[in-house]
Amino acid sequence: MTAQGRIVWVSGPAVRADGMADAKMYETVTVGNSKLVGEVIRLTGDVAFIQVYESTSGLKPGEPVVGTGNPLSVLLGPGIIGQLYDGIQRPLKELSKASGSFIGRGITTTPVDMVKTYHFVPTASNGDEVLPGNVIGTVQETDLIEHSIMVPPNHPGGKISNLVSEGDYNLETELATVEKDGQNVPLKMYHKWPVRKPRPYNTRYDATVPLLTGQRVIDTFFPIAKGGTGSIPGAFGTGKTVTLHQIAKWANSQVVVYIGCGERGNEMTEVLVEFPHLKDPRSGKPLMDRTVLVANTSNMPVAAREASIYTGVTIAEYYRDMGKDVVLVADSTSRWAEALREMSGRLEEMPAEEGYPSYLASRLAEFYERAGRVRAAGSPDRDGSVTLIGAVSPSGGDFTEPVTTHTMRFIKTFWALDAKLAYSRHYPSINWMNSYSGYLGDIAKWWGENISEDWFGIRNEAYGILQREDTLKEIVKLLGPDALPDEEKLILEIARMVKIGLLQQNSFDDVDTYCSPEKQFKLLKLVVDFYKLGQQSLKEGAPLASIRELPVVTSLLKARMDIKDDEMPKLDQLETDMKEQFKNISGVKVKN
Amino acid sequence: MTTEGGVQYSKIAEIKGPLVVVDDVDNAAFDELVEVETNEGERRLGKVLEVGNGKAIVQVFEGTTGLSISGTNAKFVGKVMEMPVSKEVLGRVFDGLGRPKDGLPDPIADKFIDINGEPMNPEQREYPKDFIQTGVSVIDGLITLVRGQKLPIFSGSGMSHNLLAAQIARQASVVGTNDDFAVVFAAIGVQYSEAEYFRKSLEESGALKRSVLFLNTADDPAIERIITPRVALTVAEYLAFELGMHVLVILTDMTNYAEALREISAAREEVPGRKGYPGYLYTDLSTLYERAGKLNGRKGSVTQVPILSMPSDDITHPIPDLTGYITEGQVVVGRDLFRQGVYPPINILMSLSRLMKDGIGEGSTREDHAEVANQVYDAYSRAQEVRALAGIVGKAGLTEIDLKYMDVGDVFEKEFLSQATDENRTIDETLAILWKIVSKLPKNEITKIKDKYVDQYYQGE
Repeated sequence: MTAQGRIVWVSGPAVRADGMADAKMYETVTVGNSKLVGEVIRLTGDVAFIQVYESTSGLKPGEPVVGTGNPLSVLLGPGIIGQLYDGIQRPLKELSKASGSFIGRGITTTPVDMVKTYHFVPTASNGDEVLPGNVIGTVQETDLIEHSIMVPPNHPGGKISNLVSEGDYNLETELATVEKDGQNVPLKMYHKWPVRKPRPYNTRYDATVPLLTGQRVIDTFFPIAKGGTGSIPGAFGTGKTVTLHQIAKWANSQVVVYIGCGERGNEMTEVLVEFPHLKDPRSGKPLMDRTVLVANTSNMPVAAREASIYTGVTIAEYYRDMGKDVVLVADSTSRWAEALREMSGRLEEMPAEEGYPSYLASRLAEFYERAGRVRAAGSPDRDGSVTLIGAVSPSGGDFTEPVTTHTMRFIKTFWALDAKLAYSRHYPSINWMNSYSGYLGDIAKWWGENISEDWFGIRNEAYGILQREDTLKEIVKLLGPDALPDEEKLILEIARMVKIGLLQQNSFDDVDTYCSPEKQFKLLKLVVDFYKLGQQSLKEGAPLASIRELPVVTSLLKARMDIKDDEMPKLDQLETDMKEQFKNISGVKVKN
Repeated sequence: MTTEGGVQYSKIAEIKGPLVVVDDVDNAAFDELVEVETNEGERRLGKVLEVGNGKAIVQVFEGTTGLSISGTNAKFVGKVMEMPVSKEVLGRVFDGLGRPKDGLPDPIADKFIDINGEPMNPEQREYPKDFIQTGVSVIDGLITLVRGQKLPIFSGSGMSHNLLAAQIARQASVVGTNDDFAVVFAAIGVQYSEAEYFRKSLEESGALKRSVLFLNTADDPAIERIITPRVALTVAEYLAFELGMHVLVILTDMTNYAEALREISAAREEVPGRKGYPGYLYTDLSTLYERAGKLNGRKGSVTQVPILSMPSDDITHPIPDLTGYITEGQVVVGRDLFRQGVYPPINILMSLSRLMKDGIGEGSTREDHAEVANQVYDAYSRAQEVRALAGIVGKAGLTEIDLKYMDVGDVFEKEFLSQATDENRTIDETLAILWKIVSKLPKNEITKIKDKYVDQYYQGE
């Protein structure tokens, strides 16, 4: 029995309807004559409080409200990759067919093309006993994505019969029947899953494998692990979006879910224009073949913004269950929190800090807990991960505001963007003193085994130089640079090299935009070696100026742009040059 | 409720601030346009903010001064507020609600458009990348504006943002002698003299006949300011996407808009966010700013240059803060430079154009543009550090290289930043000055420019 009520009150995205005694919490409903999509968020007697995912302009009391009986769900099946969805999984391309350049209302579409055929290769056999999560076959969704067809987690499982043979089928085809206790349940290529409910898995692992992003300040200095959580807060203009785009482009995951949550329309367009042309550095295929976009831009209805985060993370979990590494990027969680605040205000709830509802922290915690590296449910064994990275847009760039402070409690990597660095065009403007990574120790083993066992030590040496510089800068500010002895001036010089040659990275430069872990390590080692050679030369009496003016300094600073990932011998040459040049200044000393 | 000639009138139950609560309402819609009529026959416009249980809360644009409970009726018009548009709006002056203010009759409408607009489908947007030459070096060289961008000017009281906005409007309109260029200007609670300055400036350059002006000056009703940018943008969208024109929209001053919004929010007794502004200020502002852009398969574009004065020059104030999160960059007017008499007094370090990277380079400006601009940013930022250091240790305590950076700072401000209000520099002239600045530095300080461009353009020793 679905609820059938009438609107009694309208204010912005909030609607009250009576006659809704049969409605359930978080059930989706259609609102009004134009059948807008809404969700029940409070029930009092027979009055339901509904948040509406579309503009309510023109809605009148007395219009009907009809329950669907289902919670807000997403459709999971092949065809999701490469799509641009709104916050409730409506493909924006289909919406434009219905309403043109601007987004109309009350349009219903299916999230994926239900009649498109995919080549299904069964991996199970008739007579097999299957459990929820078991893979029964695969289809090739895009060049990059082999899509496992799984028994849905909410399916009872049972004995397979009528399994189709290998061939082309569409999403509505019954691929098999599963029998349990005399009941036959069909299996199709897709199923639905409620967005607010995390998908189950078997076991959860520690996050020990780094997610490589090709960004030096992230991978080398403040790494994140696959299945980890990270947050990137920053005032406007500090480069949040560019950094997130870089992660979405270059992260070594198989699937990327990018959520534009209450952000600029042109940013989503940029991704749409750029990603089909960019090639994945590992496979050489277009990046769009592994990307899903969820866009609920700032001017689109605010309630759907709240839903977009859940839509995105449910899609991410679905691909994780196939045994894939998935990165979810949410830009920006602050706008999501504002959507919560707006609905909370209309519900007349008692506000906590800055008008945000008291459950802000628990909602954030629930979201970030959906990250993780897991063994998926069912067989065969599949290990996948969901890495969650959320931007935070603190008002006034103030990191003590509620969304930033609560987020910090639930994430392990914190990339603090710094307006001062951005003003001096130091990009990415990740502040090396305020940022941290809780994964450093866990992932050091991977670097040791795969790149160099010296990695951890050298990384810490370089970071130590930055810390020393931070202290020394205070002295320089008070007394001028001449107050420092040469050894300490050398540290300032090396810190400058670390900043310009390593921390800074030009995402718009063809070479510099992505840096392989091998190149990252080599560049890092060159700078640290330079420091050691410099100390040595100073001890031997060479003047600081002669070290500073070595031609190799400029080459080192430009190496990130001038030397490509596949030109590692050039970096070895640079090392030889560096040693040679240091020998020469020592030589000068001997002559004197 | 009474009925007269098929039209239903309802009684007013309560008047508070800019709001009236209407009783006995049974057929009003959310967002519907309302005509409020006094006994004397005066009509004011309003819209429904909340409706239900037989009541409607109506926001009256012209304010509630003089309204009485017994003598006032409300009529629900049956549609949302619409703006009549046609090509004839060009050259006209309207009030803040879109009614003619120039003594001429209503323009004959080609169509009526909902002033709230609908969100552009991001899938249907065309990514903006067409360079607009404004002739102002600091904008063209370092904070490049492109067609379809929203680039606000963050200023403070008394500074020269109006001169700059007017200069952009005049000079950008000339380039390529594009006949299909139009300016939409919305004055939101500004002084009469400021609005008049813009009108004159457009008139003198001959751009007035291709302009549409919406004027809500400081003495006009405050609540009207909620509507002014919306009618202006509705006309801009019509000109751009129906008639294929490239429209530059100047909205000044967005601070007054946000204050009107706060007034309504306070009257509704909503839980406030920061500084008493409503929690939905971000969302509300985005429904204006996001109306800039280009669309696939349509010729025109809407470019926005909103101006806002930062209270106490504070960029972290909610209005500039939330604006900056929505717009594609910001042009920040600096108090120090303004005091020194520099025009335009733009603080480039705090300024940014997010779409610059796509609007410049080979084929639009020049292939070395991005890199030389980066180097100048870097150098000017170093110059500021050196100046601060010189303030402590004196010039004598500076190294030779520090002194070169000091020099860069001076040349930058005197030769690049400074220009006359009627000086229209080409992009080549602008780039030449940028290279002149870079050439003040020794070659080994140039870390952001590829060697091939250094070889081609560097003029230092």
